[in-house]
Amino acid sequence: MNDAAVVALSPETVLGEMKKNGVTHVVWLPDSETNWLYLLMKAELSLRLVGVSREGHACSIAAGLSAGGAKPLILIQNTGMLESGDSLRGWLLGLNVPVVLMVGYRGWTRHGINQDSAATYTERFLMAFGINYYLVESDADAPRVTIAFEEAERTRRPVVVLVGDEYHGFNR
Amino acid sequence: MMHTADMLKAIAPYREEAIVVPGRGGRYWIDLTTRQNLDVPVGDPAMGGHAGFALGLALARPDKKVILFDSEGDILMSLGMLVTIAEQQPANFYHFLIDNGCYATTGGQPVPNADQVAYDVIARGAGYPRAFAFSELDQFSANLPDILNKPGPVFVAAKVVPEIENAPIGRRRRWQTRARDQVIKDLRKELGIEE
Repeated sequence: MNDAAVVALSPETVLGEMKKNGVTHVVWLPDSETNWLYLLMKAELSLRLVGVSREGHACSIAAGLSAGGAKPLILIQNTGMLESGDSLRGWLLGLNVPVVLMVGYRGWTRHGINQDSAATYTERFLMAFGINYYLVESDADAPRVTIAFEEAERTRRPVVVLVGDEYHGFNR
Repeated sequence: MMHTADMLKAIAPYREEAIVVPGRGGRYWIDLTTRQNLDVPVGDPAMGGHAGFALGLALARPDKKVILFDSEGDILMSLGMLVTIAEQQPANFYHFLIDNGCYATTGGQPVPNADQVAYDVIARGAGYPRAFAFSELDQFSANLPDILNKPGPVFVAAKVVPEIENAPIGRRRRWQTRARDQVIKDLRKELGIEE
């Protein structure tokens, strides 16, 4: 096992956080690293997967799910989050939807020097929208996911969990 | 071609206990509804999202019919949503499209390829098991019992007369009587959802 595998955020941990926090629906669009998590979610009978073809769609679907009493989670990549700006503004912030978005942080590097503009603009985007966020890199960070769920409920706002380990955590 | 108000008037008697997302039909529906707390007029949070919002409601509440009055300008922004709805196959989802062929609230500019688009064909191609198109009120009205009494998802495109607004937004009639927060609160209370 290499160092990356030791510190990685495991898909089992992510699924465990979803179940612990009562998620009923995962509204999602796969990114390049989520296949193993997908297989786990698909096998989990307490979750319904709602696949979208563009990330902005996830915002209005989640708003409807929440209004109807369900507990959605949005699972997308940062590129898709950037594309979703107006839907995020109107459907999630505008309707005070208490939802957690788990966002794959493409391009993220711990040393802060990146070569991917998706990473460059991710946190700036969230700050511009006034959306709070937590970074998770490994299983040890998993409690932050629950913190995000609690904050979303308390504030009636979307809260983002940036998955900084996207490049090895979700695949095997 | 029918008028939006007449189209919605034809649907109203069949509404029963359904949740209604009135979308662009809201200003007419507000005069027709008998179950205001099951109406979800959220205005226009971000264009293109009404179908997704209604889908979310339908998935959250499979025990209730959900009727959506979508518009062609909205769905053109989110055609991929039709595929998601078709995959989910919500049996309680009734998707009506109000097609006036233009962006009426911005002065009536035509939507792209307005006269050539067959929205029912697009919906069927996306995987909706039932899809219809009507341009005349009598045919539309005659088919409503069959449309609404069978399981969804069903897609119904209705060609309507454009009612173009040119007045500055600040001078237009405000038909909304409840704020968005109140609309959601009323719905959740009606559905027995604890806050």
